[in-house]
Amino acid sequence: MNNEKPIDFTPEMRKTHTILAPMMLPIHFTMLEQILNRNGYHVELLRTTGRQIVDEGLKHVHNDTCYPALLVIGQMIDALKSGKYDPDKTALLITQTGGGCRASNYIFLLRKALKQSGFPNVPVISLNFASLESASGFSFTPAMILQALYAVIYGDLIMWVSNQCKPYELVAGSTQKVIDHWTDELCRQFQSSKFLHIRKNYRKILDDFAAIPRSSEQKVRVGIVGEIYMKYAPLGNNNLEDFLIKEGAEPVLSGLLDFILYCLKNSEVDYQLYGKGKKTRLLAALGLKYFVHVQNKMIRAVKEHGVFRVPGKFEDLEKGIEGVIGMGAKMGEGWLLTAEMMELIHSGVKNIVCTQPFGCLPNHIVAKGMTRKIKDRYPDANIVPVDYDPSATAINQENRLKLMLSNAKLAMQFEQKDAVVEPAAPGAAAQEQQPALF
Amino acid sequence: MNIKIGLDIGSTTIKTVVLDETDRVLYKSYERHLSRVREMALEKMEQLRSTLEGHSLKIAITGSAGLGVAKESGIDFVQEVFATAGAVKKYVPGTDVVIELGGEDAKIIFLKGALEERMNSTCAGGTGAFIDQMASLLNVDLKTLDELSLQYKKIYPIASRCGVFAKTDIQPLINQGADKENIAASIFQAVVDQTIAGLAQGRRIEGDVLFLGGPLSFLKGLQKRFLETLDLDEQHAHFPDMAPYFVALGAAEYCDGLYRQYTYDQLHEIFVKASKTTIKPQGLSPLFADDAAYQEFLSRHSRSDVEHRDLSSYRGKAFLGIDAGSTTTKMVLLSDDGKMLYENYCNNLGNPVHAVKAQLEEIYRQAGPGLVIAGSAVTGYGEDLMKEAFHIDLGLVETIAHFTAARHFNPDVDFIIDIGGQDMKCFKIKDGTIDDIVLNEACSSGCGSFIETFAKSLGYPIAEFAKLGLYAKHPVDLGTRCTVFMNSSVKQAQKNGATVEDISAGLAISVVKNALYKVIRAKSADEIGQNIVVQGGTFLNDSVLRGFEMELGRNVIRPAISGLMGAFGAALYAKANAPKQSATISPQELADFTHSSKAVNCNLCTNHCNLTVNTFAGGKKFIAGNRCERPVTGKASSQELPDMVDYKYQKLMSFESQSMEGPRGKIGLPMVLNMYENLPFWHAFFTKLGFQVVLSGRSSKSMYLKGQNTIPSDTVCYPAKLVHGHIKTLLEKGVKTIFHPCMSYNFDEKISDNHFNCPVVAYYPELINGNLDGVHKDGVQYLYPYLSLNDSKLFQKKIRRVLMDAGFTCTRREILEASDAAYASYRAFREDIEQTGRQALAYARENHKKTLIVAGRPYHVDPEINHGINKLLTAQGFVVVTEDCVSGLEDHERRGILNQWTYHARMYNAARYAATQDNTEVIQLVSFGCGLDAITTDEMRDILRSADKLYTQIKIDEIDNLGAVKIRVRSLLAAMNERERLSHEQ
Repeated sequence: MNNEKPIDFTPEMRKTHTILAPMMLPIHFTMLEQILNRNGYHVELLRTTGRQIVDEGLKHVHNDTCYPALLVIGQMIDALKSGKYDPDKTALLITQTGGGCRASNYIFLLRKALKQSGFPNVPVISLNFASLESASGFSFTPAMILQALYAVIYGDLIMWVSNQCKPYELVAGSTQKVIDHWTDELCRQFQSSKFLHIRKNYRKILDDFAAIPRSSEQKVRVGIVGEIYMKYAPLGNNNLEDFLIKEGAEPVLSGLLDFILYCLKNSEVDYQLYGKGKKTRLLAALGLKYFVHVQNKMIRAVKEHGVFRVPGKFEDLEKGIEGVIGMGAKMGEGWLLTAEMMELIHSGVKNIVCTQPFGCLPNHIVAKGMTRKIKDRYPDANIVPVDYDPSATAINQENRLKLMLSNAKLAMQFEQKDAVVEPAAPGAAAQEQQPALF
Repeated sequence: MNIKIGLDIGSTTIKTVVLDETDRVLYKSYERHLSRVREMALEKMEQLRSTLEGHSLKIAITGSAGLGVAKESGIDFVQEVFATAGAVKKYVPGTDVVIELGGEDAKIIFLKGALEERMNSTCAGGTGAFIDQMASLLNVDLKTLDELSLQYKKIYPIASRCGVFAKTDIQPLINQGADKENIAASIFQAVVDQTIAGLAQGRRIEGDVLFLGGPLSFLKGLQKRFLETLDLDEQHAHFPDMAPYFVALGAAEYCDGLYRQYTYDQLHEIFVKASKTTIKPQGLSPLFADDAAYQEFLSRHSRSDVEHRDLSSYRGKAFLGIDAGSTTTKMVLLSDDGKMLYENYCNNLGNPVHAVKAQLEEIYRQAGPGLVIAGSAVTGYGEDLMKEAFHIDLGLVETIAHFTAARHFNPDVDFIIDIGGQDMKCFKIKDGTIDDIVLNEACSSGCGSFIETFAKSLGYPIAEFAKLGLYAKHPVDLGTRCTVFMNSSVKQAQKNGATVEDISAGLAISVVKNALYKVIRAKSADEIGQNIVVQGGTFLNDSVLRGFEMELGRNVIRPAISGLMGAFGAALYAKANAPKQSATISPQELADFTHSSKAVNCNLCTNHCNLTVNTFAGGKKFIAGNRCERPVTGKASSQELPDMVDYKYQKLMSFESQSMEGPRGKIGLPMVLNMYENLPFWHAFFTKLGFQVVLSGRSSKSMYLKGQNTIPSDTVCYPAKLVHGHIKTLLEKGVKTIFHPCMSYNFDEKISDNHFNCPVVAYYPELINGNLDGVHKDGVQYLYPYLSLNDSKLFQKKIRRVLMDAGFTCTRREILEASDAAYASYRAFREDIEQTGRQALAYARENHKKTLIVAGRPYHVDPEINHGINKLLTAQGFVVVTEDCVSGLEDHERRGILNQWTYHARMYNAARYAATQDNTEVIQLVSFGCGLDAITTDEMRDILRSADKLYTQIKIDEIDNLGAVKIRVRSLLAAMNERERLSHEQ
């Protein structure tokens, strides 16, 4: 049974099959969905929610497997069982990073689950950077890669600035309106080469968001880092961004492109450290250079526009971890996760939620394992690790987030008072102020 | 006057503090709320009417259960740790560290230096609840438990990862007859260890420590354990009178910063409204649509019963069966024609010997003079103890006992599932023999007894509690991970207004789901079987039975004596295999029976087993808790069988004796993780270069405790946690250079798609560097370069650089020679292991011994990690080889998963090898928390099952007790023998 070849997604299936894919970042993935559909596929993102997803996951995936696998696979099986899709005309799409973490095995777990739940003939397509496996009927043309890259860039930009608007909007829903407008608009632009008019687009996007009426009150900013699915997917992190906004905080999330750059960078590091992948390295280095160039243009646009805080550069991430963790730590989110925490703190966001699936292996090292070191350098860093698991109660997570938020708000009050009362000796002022609050 | 009210609603208790303007305490209280959160809050308000009326009131709510109340009522909420920190700063300003334990959460606050506030991780919750449960397990109240603990003589090592793990260690101690005093103290010690390991995370707990929360203020024994462990004297440990109310006090103080003010009537109204709030529960489907469905269900199950016969009038031979389980004792007496003369199912109340004695007395009291016990058999945890105590004729493995019993009810039975108090056991039957055995691992244990303890805590007898679930409208979903998570989910459900009925049904469904999806891992009913027999005390609960049938979509057989099946099977077995003359204890002997027990440490080998010495009338002794026969017979096992686990370990440990003083000084290598694979390489490399190689030495529990407070992630595996202690040991040895490389890649053995190490093994040195201060102090250099050994040229280049940067300049030639020596040493070691392994296999073949391949990681040969399982295996007559002895005998084959880790590839190949061999089985050792093994275990199982082999997985962690492992190994042995017998018959 082990020698069986997996079911291929053939070129003919492009016409006949609906490809179901998991949702992770609502803005980015909606555009990517469009791009694939413009290029002859029929892709549908799974936007379902509900307890039955977890139940299917628990049934078909080993319960000690990480939560993202359980959710993604549960969601797919749930969709297939829903009767909405003809199993003979449905394929599934899943990413495969190819690192030394369990995540590279999701696709195999999915195939096992399909076999067990009576859908052995549903083809599964692997989307990977590491030439792990390929489907004969699924490929990215260079044009599509370019489109996808820009979808990610635009997505990162919209996510970045919208998070600076949503918590402050005076009219509820006004930020979402702009997000929706631009997601639609960009989807249209991907039909032609219009999406390449980046200067114009960036400026218009920034203008539109800047035009949203916002309050000027100061809110606590909270960075979200973590395992990639937990960090971004609302299904995974129980709508963490919304929760933070509701609690009066501003969520800060770095972009998806950083993760892609991190993957490319790892090829280079692998060669430097272990002499591995001489050929892939060159390609990766080329990609890295170009992608960084594209990212920098976007960053410059935000800077020149001058209204919003500027996202960090990838080079800054690399620099930030010097002396903290080695770049050789490349499994899961690896050094990137540590780097993101450092970058957040450097940019003044000292409050950080570190999301992870319960029992996440790389995060023992790169998240919980690095907290101490970060706190040694930045004693006022306010980091809360939150574990996600099918059996973990929401109240437990909420309570920990609230603790982090209370401390964040307290720290912010001191900062404000310091600024007004006693700018020369902030430490002493803080000392005196403290008891008065209670 | 302005009055401030702090209301702390925790998971089990409600605390109230009322302050006046001058912060004088007008009122304080601490009460259990039994989940009547909103009602209690209202009652409290009404009770305080005279104090509050006519004043201007400010109020803040805190606590995990307070969150919901605050949300609904609109009253200000303050997070409890935050509130505590505020009050501490005001009232006990000199405090350095605060430790607060509650029912659900444990918290620690560091005030000196950088403020840090930590709460336990999800997996380590339920401190107070755990103590409650343990008291109930020992059948004492909290006060007695506390008093007992102060009388202790000895503390047992108890796994401190979480309540479930701790219970797994405590249960067998009870069964072995250990003293309650010692158990009580050990329970508190486990709480202390868990708090320190989970929360200190590298920061030292020192200076003035303030202890807060209910358990820490009421339990003197717990206080004492904390003081001794943290090495605090009375001057520095503070247990303020306000300790139980401190969080509420914090909330009251928090009111100063609030604007909202209420009159008494306004506040009262808010609480009246809150108490009436009902949250629409989002529940599961009910178990029974109506009473008719339940009656049909009952009549269907009443068909499987055993005929009874009157004991007092019976004359002739009778056969006794005892099932000495973990929490319960079951006894059955059968007549010569197989009818039931006597049956009993009772909780052993922490003293199984006493339980059996009482029942035997009862049998002899009821029986007429003509009754002769012509044969007796015992099964279960307490098998050996009972055999000794009551001269029982026969002992048998639980699996065989249950199978014997199940076959009595349905000769075609093909699947048996038994859910007892502590364990779940499932057996698949094929062609009349046990074909597969699945036992739960630690995380799933205690589900059965959890329902009972929980019922008790609400004041219901278990039978009544179970009945309530039958008609639940919306059974709540309580998750499936473990009882700690379930407990926490129950609390949340209660706060959301779930009824007892819904919780009863929800618990039943959770237990069922845990069995199906975590233990059996079945995907469909067909995969399980056509003729399913369910048994065990937990299935006496109709809600559990119904939940099981619903989840499975198939009807099953539950014998009326479901809870007695082990004992029934034992009695049937005694009847079939009765000796000529039964030695079973006579009424006279029983009258003279005495029993006492004493705890001692065995010092005959490095395992240092905790023995319980039971003494019976006439000074006869029985020793429990041993792994091998040495403490009993005074010598090592009678025949020395080849044991590759031990061989490998000794071989590795012998390397240090080859170290020589060298011109470059000392270099320390920690004996952890990868070093169990690469030591021959590094030892030769550094020795050749002129270093004196110093090893950290053998792992031990005390070594683990040494580094425990620097572990940042408490859910990581035990082998990784041990690293901290090893590094500390090296530092203590005065080694100034410690070498511990990061290795993403392992050796490529050409049997896999890639050759990674797991993330923890690969990068743990990074974590050590970030969390263990000592490696940066006193001139110590901690070298943790990223290296790969696959390309010797590249390795030489890299290592030369690393050494140069560390101040050891080596010539290219020196490096080349050292590297050659290293590769040669590693190859020689591998060849030796493979050769010796093959000799062991040959020995087994020649001497007709059974072979067990212990498949794990290289570091699983460490006896502190495997807890001496190999000794237990050879004592059962197995030849033991390791996975890397045989992995080279198979080639690279495509697997159903991505085969990308070197160590795992070895295990797959070892399983494939076993699949081709007779008389060879595999036991897979899995460390708790190993995420990768979630993938490998299923694959291993597939490989072995497709070759009709049994798959046995043993999860290991800090838990030291091998009781469950022993049963598993014996079941495996019994199943192998049975198969062999059948194949001979054919």
